[in-house]
Amino acid sequence: MCQSSVLNTDSLSKIDAIVEKYRGAPGALIPVLHAVQAEFGYLSQDVQARVAECLNIPAVKVSGVVSFYHFFTDKAKGRFEVGICMGTACYVRGAAEIVREFEKHLGIKMGETTKDQKFTLSSTRCIGACGLAPVVTVNDDVYGKLTVDKVKDLVQSYREK
Amino acid sequence: MIRSHILVCAGAGCVSSKSRLVKEELLTRLKLQDLTEEIRVIETGCIGTCDLGPVLVLYPEGVFYQKVGVEDVAEIVEEHLVRGRVVQRLLYKEPLSEEILEKMADLEFFRRQYRIALHNTGAIDPDNIEEYIARDGYFALGKVLSEMTPETVISEIKQSGLRGRGGGGFPTGLKWEFAARSTSSTKFVVCNADEGDPGAFMDRSILEGDPHTIIESMAIAGYAIGADQGYVYCRAEYPLAIERFVSALEKAREMGFLGENVLGSTFSFELELRVGAGAFVCGEETALLSSIEGNRGEPRPRPPFPAVKGLWDSPTIINNVETYANIPSIILKGAEWFNKIGTEKSKGTKVFAMAGKINNTGLVEVPMGTTLRELVYEIGGGIPGNKKFKAAQTGGPSGGCLTEANLDTAMDYDTLLSLGSMMGSGGLIVMDENTCMVDIARFFLDFTKDESCGKCSPCRIGTTRMLQILERIVNGEGIPEDIDALEKLASFIKDTSLCGLGQSAPNPVLSTLRNFRDEYEAHIYDKRCPAGSCQALIHFTINAATCIGCGICAKHCPSSAIVGERKKPFSILDDQCVKCGVCVQECPFQAIERR
Repeated sequence: MCQSSVLNTDSLSKIDAIVEKYRGAPGALIPVLHAVQAEFGYLSQDVQARVAECLNIPAVKVSGVVSFYHFFTDKAKGRFEVGICMGTACYVRGAAEIVREFEKHLGIKMGETTKDQKFTLSSTRCIGACGLAPVVTVNDDVYGKLTVDKVKDLVQSYREK
Repeated sequence: MIRSHILVCAGAGCVSSKSRLVKEELLTRLKLQDLTEEIRVIETGCIGTCDLGPVLVLYPEGVFYQKVGVEDVAEIVEEHLVRGRVVQRLLYKEPLSEEILEKMADLEFFRRQYRIALHNTGAIDPDNIEEYIARDGYFALGKVLSEMTPETVISEIKQSGLRGRGGGGFPTGLKWEFAARSTSSTKFVVCNADEGDPGAFMDRSILEGDPHTIIESMAIAGYAIGADQGYVYCRAEYPLAIERFVSALEKAREMGFLGENVLGSTFSFELELRVGAGAFVCGEETALLSSIEGNRGEPRPRPPFPAVKGLWDSPTIINNVETYANIPSIILKGAEWFNKIGTEKSKGTKVFAMAGKINNTGLVEVPMGTTLRELVYEIGGGIPGNKKFKAAQTGGPSGGCLTEANLDTAMDYDTLLSLGSMMGSGGLIVMDENTCMVDIARFFLDFTKDESCGKCSPCRIGTTRMLQILERIVNGEGIPEDIDALEKLASFIKDTSLCGLGQSAPNPVLSTLRNFRDEYEAHIYDKRCPAGSCQALIHFTINAATCIGCGICAKHCPSSAIVGERKKPFSILDDQCVKCGVCVQECPFQAIERR
């Protein structure tokens, strides 16, 4: 068991269990952070501190890795993460207009989360579905060949969920 | 007895187009007709025609159905499988000749391909190791372990002329030889599947569609250089590839292709998948290694090269997914066979991911030396809406653009370099007359600026400065000195950056400056975007002669920039217009012009 933290015991034991799974594996930090983020949704300062403590590495190293990679985030995200693919194929086929349309309907800018914590609008790197450009993902759902006029209904369908 | 096989494409493109629902419906309908004993449904990797998804191929005839919806399945089962009549309305129509084609093999898209790296992708069920073995899978590993020494393996790869498919084009056999020479007791084999080049998706498709090829090749590489541990480093953006590869690893282990004493030999090999975390720079080999080690993905200076001092300071070879996918065929068919394909200095084939303004987006594999014209017009079916070809970007954010004048150049590593572009991983983004080349250069710089790891200042600060200038130009605020400044900065960044990311980041700007300087000048001097794409330089006006004064445009305008009296021509207040283009869409009389 690792030392004290402000997290509740349930969260602590979840982190401990994840770290235990990777203990001893060379270069375990990134796989651990993937697993921890999958569990908590994001990597808060407290969570990062706990990971550092359990792996017996400096907290600054964990923070350095978290801030380096786009995939890791230290902020809570909305229930639905709208990811607009900004790969070249999507861009050439009008992804910038799709972004403006989402910003209009959600009332937030790229990278922000709505006040009700329902939506986060983010841009993603090429997801490799270039044949379907422009592509938008909402959590694990993929919407290909999206056009500006479909955005409003798409947003509405998730609002109702 | 099985009388028919239905291949359902389950590449990420088709899955996104709901191909799995089509498969479920097929299974349900076949059960209803009591045909499950006679007809097998197989989920395959990417067939290649992503734009036409979901696609089905029905064997033994080889009939190709495209854009199949769940609602079409009943008809396919009842008409095709019960009555033996092809469902005409789901067949493919060649975009240029408008000819309707029944069989997959007749499509121009497939007819001109030569598949080595992709020979199983789209043809087998990636989750079924037996299908891989049935197509000579793991035979090359068997041959290597029973008949060849590490030296003969390396010599075969060297003689084949295979060069790295990830971008640089370094001779693969030579790389293996450097690592093999080292007497170190610990060595590593790494597969670079961090396919960060936006618009390239060949590595993803191979991992999804034929994961065992990579496992087999990496084991061969391990044997050749004397390594017993390998790592595949895959992007986190490819969940399906990760899932299929992990499942393939387990099956290979169960059957003795991985682990202690592979196939009963004295050779042992283990393989692990590491998932990236969204950093483009990790495609650079030294950055990739530091990411596997659990650190920030920052590159380190070379030499020493990874083949001498790599992962945890041990000799390491790093090859790209597509490079590995060529290895089994070279071992089985011989270097001489491979050597005959391609051009003098670029042997074999290349997989291109065609996307952007092209009719047949998707994945194709063609011999090195195929011309851009063949790719875009014959295989790719031309440009949608019969628009004019303007340019094709190869090499992604590190590459450059090819123009109309280059359409007939035989494409290989060296000709692309001489044209100021590069092969890169094989992404090919086609652009038409509506694409602004200055904006594309800005797009790539925005990407590289964002992805610069920040370790060296030429790249970190230089790309930021270049981006500022490009943003100024596309916003109509460019000044005459800007072109000069861009060229100076570009050569400075190229010469002084630490790694490939920075050294190649200015390429898209240099290449568009060389080929489309007039577009830069139009933005700077005339405050005009010739392609009509840069928002700040577009103006909307109402044609007073065709406007009937219905007011629909004014009603829809989000910024109240349209004013007028009913039944008289309306007008647009330029300073209030946000250039969203809603008015153009809404006007029933096409009275609004965009310039």
